[in-house]
Amino acid sequence: MGSALDIMQAVHPPRAVFLDYPLGHTTGKPHEPSLQRDILVQALTHFAAFTEPGSMAALPFRWSDDETWKDTAQRGPDDRLPRYDTPQYQTEDDRRRAETTDASCAVGVNEAPTSTG
Amino acid sequence: MSEPVGYIERIRDKYETLGFSSYQWVVNEEAPAWQPLKKPLSESRLGLIASGGIYVTGQVAFHYKDDTSFRVIPTDIKTSDLRVTHFAYDFTDARQDPNVVFPLDTLRGLQRDEVIGELSERAYTFMGGIYSARRMREELAPQLTERLLADQVDAALLVPV
Repeated sequence: MGSALDIMQAVHPPRAVFLDYPLGHTTGKPHEPSLQRDILVQALTHFAAFTEPGSMAALPFRWSDDETWKDTAQRGPDDRLPRYDTPQYQTEDDRRRAETTDASCAVGVNEAPTSTG
Repeated sequence: MSEPVGYIERIRDKYETLGFSSYQWVVNEEAPAWQPLKKPLSESRLGLIASGGIYVTGQVAFHYKDDTSFRVIPTDIKTSDLRVTHFAYDFTDARQDPNVVFPLDTLRGLQRDEVIGELSERAYTFMGGIYSARRMREELAPQLTERLLADQVDAALLVPV
């Protein structure tokens, strides 16, 4: 499932559902578990409902009535962050934990990335 | 409903402004592979892969330059231990509630309610925005496929950002 319709159409996956929300909200709005559930239930029904490869459907949800977010998404400033080549932690505490984690305690939760390029 | 945002056009414009040549998007013309669901969703084991830069505190975070690594996230993890990092989308809401890009609580609820048979024990995450489609295809995708097969999932939900 995804929110970039043109990119999904280009990739052409076996099954796809489109949620017309701003990027960063592929599975719903924050702190709205009931909406998140509705979105996911509708998305998941398409696993069985689709019968042909390349099928795509739009989910019946709108981010807002006026949809002004689309103007910003289409024409707003370039707000991407620089392409740092070092790990970008959410918090300094995360960095400290990752850098001090003993590998022997790391089973499961901290399974090492298998390819760092 | 207004027209969807044209992200391919948007990114082409950004690249032009920066003086870069156009990004070569993957365009798959042929019909994709097809595998019907073998049993009802309510009896299926569901895998989850998300590209929104999710990691667990204690894991090494993603970097922003063609990071083709992935993280293994136990699906019984505490939601408050999830973190989000990404260079190309506004992750403000995702950091407040990771379920908007990594629907873990949502899927755990759907398992409880028997909408899905079960959520696989492990989910896999990476950070999208990998420029090289070749590296994605040759390095990352085969590893994730192998993992899903080993986990014996019946279906996999892909959640890109």
